Amino acid sequence: MSDLTQPVIATPAPAKIRSQWWDVWAQFRTHKGAVFGLGFLIFITLFVTIGPWLWTVEPGKLDIRNKDVRPIYQVLFDSNAKVSWNHPMGTDNLGRDIMANIMQGGRISLAVGWTAMILAVFIGTLIGVLAGYFRKADGLLMRFTDLVLALPLLPLLLVMMLLFRDPLRASFGPENGIFILIVVGIGITSWMQTARIVRGDVMALKEREFVLAARSIGTPSRRIITRHLLPNVLSPIMVSATLGLATAIITESALSFLGLGFPSDFPTWGKILFDSVDRMTAFPERVIWPGLAISLTVLAVNYIGDGLRDALDPKIRGL
Amino acid sequence: MKLKTALMGAAAAVAFAPMAFAQGHDGERGSSGHLNIIYWQAPSILNPFLSGGTKDVEASSIILEPLARYDETGTLVPYLAEDIPTVANGGVSEDLTTITWKLKEGLLWSDGTPVTANDAVFTAEYCMHPEGGCAQLSKYNGVQSVEAVDDLTILITFATPQPNPYGPLVGGQSPMIQAAQFADCLGARAPECTEANFGPIGTGPFVVTDFRTNDVIQLEANPNYRDASKPAFATVTFKGGGDATAAGRAVLETGEFDYAWNLQLAPDVIASMAAAGVGTPVTAFGTLVERIEMNLTDPSPSLPEGERSTAMHPHPFLSDEAVRRALSMAIDRDLLVEVGYGDAGRATCNLVPGPEIYASVDNTDCLVQDVDGANALLDEAGWVDTNGNGIRDKDGVELRILFQTSTNAVRQDFQALIKDMWDQIGVETELRNIDASVFFGGDPGSPDTFEKFYADVEMYANNFDGTDPQSYLAAYTCDKAPRPATQWQGENINRFCDPEYDALIAELQQTADIDERSALARRLNDMLTKDTMTIVPLVDRGRVSAHANSLGGVVLNTWDSELWNVADWYRITE
Amino acid sequence: MLIYTFRRLLISIPTLLFIAFVIFMLLELAPGDPMAQMPLTIPPEVKEKMRIALGLGEPWYVRFPLWLKQFFIVEPQYWIDSAFGTNFADGKQRIISFQSRSPVFDVIAQRLPQTLWVVGMSYVVGVLIALPIGIISAYRQYSVFDQAGTFVSMIGFSVPPFFSGVLLIVIFSVQLGWLPSIYDTTLVVRDWATFKQQLMQMVMPVMVLALQTTATVSRYMRASMLDNLSQDYVRTARAKGMTESVVVMKHVLRNSMIPVVTVIALGIPAIFGGAIITEQIFKVNGLGQLLILALQGSDIPMVMTITFLLAVLIVFMNLIADVLYGILDPRIRYE
Repeated sequence: MSDLTQPVIATPAPAKIRSQWWDVWAQFRTHKGAVFGLGFLIFITLFVTIGPWLWTVEPGKLDIRNKDVRPIYQVLFDSNAKVSWNHPMGTDNLGRDIMANIMQGGRISLAVGWTAMILAVFIGTLIGVLAGYFRKADGLLMRFTDLVLALPLLPLLLVMMLLFRDPLRASFGPENGIFILIVVGIGITSWMQTARIVRGDVMALKEREFVLAARSIGTPSRRIITRHLLPNVLSPIMVSATLGLATAIITESALSFLGLGFPSDFPTWGKILFDSVDRMTAFPERVIWPGLAISLTVLAVNYIGDGLRDALDPKIRGL
Repeated sequence: MKLKTALMGAAAAVAFAPMAFAQGHDGERGSSGHLNIIYWQAPSILNPFLSGGTKDVEASSIILEPLARYDETGTLVPYLAEDIPTVANGGVSEDLTTITWKLKEGLLWSDGTPVTANDAVFTAEYCMHPEGGCAQLSKYNGVQSVEAVDDLTILITFATPQPNPYGPLVGGQSPMIQAAQFADCLGARAPECTEANFGPIGTGPFVVTDFRTNDVIQLEANPNYRDASKPAFATVTFKGGGDATAAGRAVLETGEFDYAWNLQLAPDVIASMAAAGVGTPVTAFGTLVERIEMNLTDPSPSLPEGERSTAMHPHPFLSDEAVRRALSMAIDRDLLVEVGYGDAGRATCNLVPGPEIYASVDNTDCLVQDVDGANALLDEAGWVDTNGNGIRDKDGVELRILFQTSTNAVRQDFQALIKDMWDQIGVETELRNIDASVFFGGDPGSPDTFEKFYADVEMYANNFDGTDPQSYLAAYTCDKAPRPATQWQGENINRFCDPEYDALIAELQQTADIDERSALARRLNDMLTKDTMTIVPLVDRGRVSAHANSLGGVVLNTWDSELWNVADWYRITE
Repeated sequence: MLIYTFRRLLISIPTLLFIAFVIFMLLELAPGDPMAQMPLTIPPEVKEKMRIALGLGEPWYVRFPLWLKQFFIVEPQYWIDSAFGTNFADGKQRIISFQSRSPVFDVIAQRLPQTLWVVGMSYVVGVLIALPIGIISAYRQYSVFDQAGTFVSMIGFSVPPFFSGVLLIVIFSVQLGWLPSIYDTTLVVRDWATFKQQLMQMVMPVMVLALQTTATVSRYMRASMLDNLSQDYVRTARAKGMTESVVVMKHVLRNSMIPVVTVIALGIPAIFGGAIITEQIFKVNGLGQLLILALQGSDIPMVMTITFLLAVLIVFMNLIADVLYGILDPRIRYE
């Protein structure tokens, strides 16, 4: 019935696929926000990955004589400000270079954010689709969701720490071990909202005409889910993903605050922000840099999500 | 009379505003209006026997009083007692097995009934009840009986001679409760008396009108307080919760509150808040020492559970005294103080930094950082970097340290700084911070408790109540080492074991003469610190609190409750 | 639908018992100990005695049924007693907090008002702002309004409350001195002056919390509206000559509500869980602060009771959401 099913029913000839993705890209490019978002995301990713190769100051290096250096622009307002070209973004209260820390912290924050978000969205979508589509699975899966929703996060993480920290540390080293633990911890405690939303949408969608039509011609469930249902629940999933990225980055900092996060010599954006709140009035730059980095990244991902959604929607693309 | 002189003396010694001081004393009860106190840890209960938490002990200290308290110099001053019993005045028997307290005459509880020796007897019975789970039980160590000789005379008999008999009913932790109110609350019934636990009847300057657990307490002046002109404040709001920054801000910047307790904040943060000019931070030193404890046993995860971190396996490199000494020499304590505590900290090499008579003043070698010396010492001991990876090693053992502590901003700064300092002597450090509720939790099932010590070194702070370090030093005897047999409980977390040390502790427990005690305590302190470097003290941590500029009479006291003299506080009028 | 609801309610009972058991075992397994907050000056043997006095000497299979009995039998008896002056409870032990040694339910009842005032209010405010923003943003996609809404809500969502809360305090309490930085839980609204005071102390925490709610709800609302606005039935409705307001507010909105209802329903239990960080920053001392203190102090009876009450709310709200799905979209059928 709906023309939505048109492109997926078409036989997938290689040339056609390329042109289909080309269409998507063409539509995506018309979305200014999305292009800006993609640009910023590429920039920030390069900044934190390539950055440390160019800016070789070690993030953990203490230099107590050069503590509390202000960012370079401070000279504009106050000619007596303590600034130095060696530390263009300034230094913190122990003399660590803020730029190097933002780079190093960004690596971890982005990695944690993306991995935890993808994990959460994956689990959430899987459980949501299964529960929404297969009525038999619904009761059990949703009661399981209720259970996970009810579990208090803090003791759960403490128990995970207790059980898995030492084995993971032994097999992956202290840094990767804690990384896996945190990512899994955030991932498995933040998929429930996505699951319930996806389930609700799938329950409504599967009674729509185009799904009934697909089923009546004998399309197997797997294909109905992947070809007909998933594309139609894409927009709530995109929203979950965007919000999930922000939540993961912030949750990580809350975990370090509770002593469950990375060791203290491991900067992350959230932790730099948290540590600087006390000195917010005297050194506003220390909250501005990490705050901007988190906000702009989330904003960029949000715009990319918007752009992708529009681009993947054949009804808009066709126009 | 004597009580008054003592109080006046104590107040006069520190009254930096003599004029205001006179004003505070001349005022009538309730003339200063309303007082706002903020503790960033909220009190849960007002019965110090059911909770040993500092916040609860201090909150209850404005309602409940002991026979005597320590003043800001660490000397005992009588509160409910006429005077302080000593051997000299006959109050303490020659053989040190009894102490006789005389109550002041005419004392009334806030409900108007007289205070008698029976209340003291009851308090002892309440705390020593085997099922009560009294948090202050150690104050009653060695007590055989507490009797009322007459209405005003209390006789405490000890099973063995007590060189320091001022445990029961002395100090903020161990006040007197009213027998009539708590009569039905003995032993297992203690938690059922919510009303009494939340609103104890006391002799202190204030009475509870409304108690909300973990939130706020409302109090008003005690109409039966023994000094008719005190307290100067008619009502008090005692707010709890939030964090130290917010509490500091409320007193130092916005002026919403008059007194903020224990501002554990970086010195530059306090200084920038104080710059607003609304309030003043105050500092006093006690016995709290931030230290690094060395694990003398092997915490390696490759050892089977039950043998890890026990005396069965000595530590692969920390059992070498040279390594411990080098680690201590590499630390720049002044820098740590500057970063973490400012005026509220002093670099120290002593486990017992005070009171003066017990502090080992000659132990100052560690105060100067000596990286070259530390390097030379390690070279000499055979710890050299043979494989060129920047880390010293010997016989295949590399100097890689796992350094754990509880989660706290200042401790994490210290960790970063110390890691950097140890880096300079070729020692690699891995940092770990653990949630305080787990770290100090003592759960034998958790690998992360400070007692279990599944790390090479750990950092925390500890102190002792009152002024006598005997039980504090006695924690390092061989039998107090945490091990599977003791369910990992025990205070000797280094697993330090030296028969000579144990013998000296036994001697200290028998010695009454103050000079001999002092010499022994210093000797014990030196054995743990400069002789063996088992414990590496870093900072003698003072207490920082803050009061509004309009609040007078505040005398910060680290030997007792901070609110010990709240009856003398008053509003400074321009 | 009625049969479905009834069946779900019946299934809830074993579900909740199982959840209670899992929570209890989780707390049992978690490291941490009520003695952790005692000063180190208290010797270990005294701490051990205190633990036994708290009942921790008993194994879990004794303590869990005891808790169940106290929760489901003793506590209701006390409520009946206090309501009708009867004496069913007969002095039986209630659920007692480890930290304050007082009945857990008394403390919860004490905390409920400020949590409902602040967190509940912020939720209502947040949802009421979010719905129109979401609808207008979708209807006028890529307009200035939409762009501004997107920008503000995403920035708002990505700024953690431990930063935005302190920022508000620094601006409005420290610099301008307009609003109190510490919430007075003892304030009773009696007249206009106290009402104004209450409003003033609520403004900042409500703002911080509402921002988060607004961001979440408005994003889902917008996305869902956008999906539906391009559906065929919208074109049909317009073609039939329906007014734009009827098309949008009746047809599109109704069909777009499923994800929004889900999010709102999931948010309501969270109100009662309180807002841990925001409550801490503004010293609101509601249920969130109670829960975090109990967690930090390993106050098992308190944590157990609060989390279980939340679990009841979660199960119940999700049931309501499921029923609402059926009303919003009659095609959804539950057997």
